[in-house]
Amino acid sequence: MTLENLAQVSNYAVASATGILALAFVAYVAQWGFARNVAPERERVTAGSADELPQASVPVERSNMAGGIGLSLTTLATIVLLVGVVTRGLAAERAPWGNMYEFGCAATVAALLVYLALVRVWEIDWVGPIITAFGTVVLGASAMVYVPAGPLVPALHSYWLVIHVFGAIISGSAFFIGAAASVLYLIKSRAERNTPEDKRVGFLWRIPASAKIDQVAYRVHAFAFPIWTFAALIAGPIWAQYAWGRYWGWDPKEVWAFITWVVYAGYLHARATAGWKGKAAAILALVGFATFVFNFVGVNLWVGGMHSYAK
Amino acid sequence: MSENAVSELGRRELTRWFWRQLTSMRTALMLLLLLAIAAVPGSLVPQRGVDARAVETYFLDHPKSAPILDDLGFFSVYSSPWFSAVYLLLMVSLIGCILPRSFVYLRAARARPPKAPRNFSRLPASASFETDASPDDVVAAARKALGRSRIDVADREGVREVSAEKGFLREAGNLVFHISIVVVLIGVAVGTLFGYRGSVIVTDGGGQFANSLPQYDEFSSGTLFDTDDLPPFALTLDKVTARFQPFGSPQAGAPREFRAKGTYAASPGEDDKPFDITVNHPLAIGSTSVYLLGQGYAPVFKITDAQGNVVYNDAVPFLPADATYTSNGIIKVPDAQPEQLGFQGFFLPTAVSQGGKELSTSAHPAAANPLVGLNVWRGDLGLDEGTGQSVFILDKTKMEQYQDGAKAFRVSLQPGMAADLPDGGSIEFTELRQFARFQIGSAPLVKVPLFGIIAGLIGLMTSLTIKPRRTWIRARQDGSRTVVDVAVLDRVPRDDLPADLDDFLERFKDALGETEEKATT
Repeated sequence: MTLENLAQVSNYAVASATGILALAFVAYVAQWGFARNVAPERERVTAGSADELPQASVPVERSNMAGGIGLSLTTLATIVLLVGVVTRGLAAERAPWGNMYEFGCAATVAALLVYLALVRVWEIDWVGPIITAFGTVVLGASAMVYVPAGPLVPALHSYWLVIHVFGAIISGSAFFIGAAASVLYLIKSRAERNTPEDKRVGFLWRIPASAKIDQVAYRVHAFAFPIWTFAALIAGPIWAQYAWGRYWGWDPKEVWAFITWVVYAGYLHARATAGWKGKAAAILALVGFATFVFNFVGVNLWVGGMHSYAK
Repeated sequence: MSENAVSELGRRELTRWFWRQLTSMRTALMLLLLLAIAAVPGSLVPQRGVDARAVETYFLDHPKSAPILDDLGFFSVYSSPWFSAVYLLLMVSLIGCILPRSFVYLRAARARPPKAPRNFSRLPASASFETDASPDDVVAAARKALGRSRIDVADREGVREVSAEKGFLREAGNLVFHISIVVVLIGVAVGTLFGYRGSVIVTDGGGQFANSLPQYDEFSSGTLFDTDDLPPFALTLDKVTARFQPFGSPQAGAPREFRAKGTYAASPGEDDKPFDITVNHPLAIGSTSVYLLGQGYAPVFKITDAQGNVVYNDAVPFLPADATYTSNGIIKVPDAQPEQLGFQGFFLPTAVSQGGKELSTSAHPAAANPLVGLNVWRGDLGLDEGTGQSVFILDKTKMEQYQDGAKAFRVSLQPGMAADLPDGGSIEFTELRQFARFQIGSAPLVKVPLFGIIAGLIGLMTSLTIKPRRTWIRARQDGSRTVVDVAVLDRVPRDDLPADLDDFLERFKDALGETEEKATT
């Protein structure tokens, strides 16, 4: 296959993955929608022996099926997008994250992989609607800053591109999962406070309790923060020292990477401080993710600086 | 008691209160978030330390708001009093937090595990079981199952009590992380105080640079750096290579390779060694590094004055203004007779004329069709006033521009072409060279912040992954059986404690040989 063919394959794959992911989102919404009038499952212990288990009602069956379809479609979208990212790298003969379009695709595939892994470990399918919706938006927005596959400007000819940007992609994906969990934490904990016991129907009551969601969010953030520290405050400065002769120069991208780091450091501290747990910490996590997204979108498109690799 | 003593006491109380507030976690958190907010303006408004020219442009574009922002320190946010105040307070808060915690930790690191609480059922996770093993065997099995915990065994009225604690490294990692932040900031400060950085433009085809202050176009150094200590190296630039994505291909005009080749001598009298600098691959000469930050075109002009003397014959760097390398430049000819001459104009690497108009534009950054357009002035260049003048600015206050009818007189030249000047004399564009813009600098102890942050990362990961766990086991004889009570407690609340207790019980019973017994009953 020629390089042009590979680039073509990559484009088709990314476009297909965007469509499949949108369908996955629809399926996940259906999963929530079908179960809107269903009371939460009772504890297994109260159900007694196996033959006494209540039969799953039709809405529950439909909801489960939609959830299964959502997960399958998400898996398919991930595979197709992975093909798109890999062929893009082959077509350009370098790491496939050298500009804004490629970073958008690579970060989405990384986020989907982290999501699928965590679905297996902690059964976090309940963040599916947020993951697939945001993933679709990121892929669609990436298409707006599309550039043909090709070599990079000389400043990016470095193996630090692989290390530094890969670290940013992995930590960014985990921050994203953490933010999605934090959103659901805020919704669920609010519902737990305000909804009387007998009115607790709908899918929201079939997902784990807010304390459990909070735990998931914390763990994902505790995983992402050291990687972000490495990508933004170790690998970045080392590369900057080689490329620009200074390890830190308050370039807009550096400023916002620092802000993101500080906000997430604040989140980890907030978790350890009485009075800041729960809601305040979750809001901090969302602010942290907002600064990360602004660094990617706002700084690239409107602010500029030495990291301007958008085009 | 005199009133003085009372106020003295009050002041001390107040100071203590203030110190406690400053070093509280809540204040540290507030300061941390304040630091994030304070950093924002520096990314939205150009910064003097990053791009001084952009600041000047901002002043021209926003004549009303710029001076106000300047008074507020918005053009040098990261050295402004308010930004400094936030991070200095944060540092004090940090140190005020680390020091007492370090002492507490040193004491705790030698302390024995706390005694077992009376009532295990009040702890977050506890369990009981009976076994045929004797209390002594239970204690032996507990030691085995607890692994590398710190273990104390007590005998209270026939009841054997095991107290175990592990996970001391969590707090150690936490302290290392916070101390390393202080180390990083000290390293950065030292590097800034004793370092220097400058930039210089050198043309290829034999352009030279010797590392001394007057040779720099821009130079800044830390307050504790002596410019006499600049290492005395010299370099000669032979060839600048710039490759661009060719015309007609995707991303046409995008830069692909920048390279500067030449020779250097580390100190006077030493042998010349070759260098080959590319972006990302600087040249290291001792503690100083030479970076290739940019490049551009430097046409060579030969200028003859009205009396027939060659008064100028040199390469002139034209600074690129956009991605197609449309570049601007100045020539000053102080030796021209009878009046000094000044030229100002543009350079186009690939000139294409637009729709019959006279002015061309550049279509590509590579030099496929180079063209220079210059306007000409005569008069006094203002070089004798003693004040330093930028080579890139032509002071026209005492000069008069040559006219060509109603329009300004302009010479348009391609390499090898010459043009006559209105009052006699000529200008010839003899050849096209390129220039390299080098950044030269040294930041001593650059490895201190690096190793500091790496140590900090290791500490951070330690503190995030290690569980500080206390385990208590009580074994008491009850007839022929032994009743065993187990309880666990984490210093950091976790929701998976019951599961962890189950895991521990499994290991514990394994060590007791209970698993087979279970199978038989």
